[in-house]
Amino acid sequence: MTSALSIRDMVVTYDEFAALDHVNFDIGTGESFGIVGESGSGKSTLLRAVSGLASFDQGTLSVNGRPYSGRKRDKEFYRTVQMVFQDPYGSLHPRQTVDRLLLEPLVIHGFTDIETRINRALDEVGLGSGFRFRYSHQLSGGQRQRIAIARALILEPKILLLDEPTSALDASIQAEILNLLEQARRDRNLTFVMVSHDLGVISHMCERLAVMKTGKVVETVPRKALENREFSADYTRQLLVASEGFRRG
Amino acid sequence: MTVPVKPLLTVEDLRVTFPTRTGDVQAVRGVSFALGRERLGIVGESGSGKSQTGRAIMGLTPGHARISARKLAFGDRDLLTMPARERRDLRGKKVAMILQDPKYSLNPVMTIGRQIVETLKTHEKISTSAAKARALAMLEAVQISDPERVFSLYPHEVSGGMGQRAMIAMMLVCGPELLIADEPTSALDVTVQLEVLDILDKLVADRGMGLIFISHDLRLVSSFCDRVIVMYAGRIVEELPAANLADAQHPYTRGLLNCLPTIGSDRHPLPVLDRKPEWAL
Repeated sequence: MTSALSIRDMVVTYDEFAALDHVNFDIGTGESFGIVGESGSGKSTLLRAVSGLASFDQGTLSVNGRPYSGRKRDKEFYRTVQMVFQDPYGSLHPRQTVDRLLLEPLVIHGFTDIETRINRALDEVGLGSGFRFRYSHQLSGGQRQRIAIARALILEPKILLLDEPTSALDASIQAEILNLLEQARRDRNLTFVMVSHDLGVISHMCERLAVMKTGKVVETVPRKALENREFSADYTRQLLVASEGFRRG
Repeated sequence: MTVPVKPLLTVEDLRVTFPTRTGDVQAVRGVSFALGRERLGIVGESGSGKSQTGRAIMGLTPGHARISARKLAFGDRDLLTMPARERRDLRGKKVAMILQDPKYSLNPVMTIGRQIVETLKTHEKISTSAAKARALAMLEAVQISDPERVFSLYPHEVSGGMGQRAMIAMMLVCGPELLIADEPTSALDVTVQLEVLDILDKLVADRGMGLIFISHDLRLVSSFCDRVIVMYAGRIVEELPAANLADAQHPYTRGLLNCLPTIGSDRHPLPVLDRKPEWAL
């Protein structure tokens, strides 16, 4: 298995605070990799550093064998790596139509068959061309997240970074979006890196997961280990207990 | 749980209507239930009217909305015809509400201690020093280990879990009989959620309050409450004892239960909710 994404000793500091503290990951091509942890654990910082939204101070990042620095990335990188954000209300431009939102990445990357690509992207996320000239405030949360996924997929990336893609959505809508993401991954042989605080979602979507706490990786376990409770860190157990709901003690 | 002779809260045919440019939008359409000194869960997705139901009981419905009900009574007192002044006295004293996110629902320019003292002084004739002592005792009751320090902190200086505990303390300090908790733990981390719920559970049980727990999380609500009401499109579609959740009859309730991914179940794709138009009738 070749590594689609390889992170070595990545450090991100804000002033004196180490948001990421020597983190190592190797994620194979076509793999779906999950990261769980509570707020402040560094899971979102990791995705932002990988995607180029935040710079990292130390360590190396390589995507499909190509190294990238903490700061500037070329277009090729963004063709390969795309991201879907947590809040569908905040991640779409409020004064741009869906058409405009989907057009922008295509223009930047010099695509010519724009018309067909936009229509195909909308069909793929199950919205149809009727949504093409709407503004984001005319869409529900689930529909917005579908647009955000369409925008990420329209460049045909190889790696999709998912930062809590369903935590702002209702349970019933969450199921639809998770199914859509799985379908997209199957069809395009995508590599997923998915961040969530919900162990149920991660174990549903990912074959392997890392547990993070205070900027460090506590442990990395396969999904099976979670089901059979074969993990060593106490923190993982705490998260697992918390995911099972309230129990009167 | 025995059913009390006189319910703490009676809601009959509650309707909340918002006039808009395109006509009236009915957020709550004929909700009826009676609450004793028990834990009642109200579950539904966004837009189901669960929060508006809670707000109508609390008297926090926006001014332009219309409320109508056959009966909306707290004990013997009719909430519909009550003057605003009496309603204000009731609110915070007898009926209290915990909101979702302490970041937005605490006053950012007032220390936590002062906010609790303010609640006490609004409702009781009490000296400042006695109010402070009560506030500190209450902070201790929500398991804040260093109440003196937290008393003088501003809301932005504490974590989400600590802020939510402070809000619980603020709401319970006057000893309300009815507590409405609107998504009290949704903004918190999973590991902190359970601690906060645990504190809430103990306080509600010790003080014999009635609790309305509003949430979108069916499993959480059923593990916490005695009875669950499921709302869809402004109506109650199903009411059942929390222990019998597995026997839910309505397809919406069953769909909600079914669509959650759980550890160890290998269902690809996940079952999705097939919304039937007749549910919203």
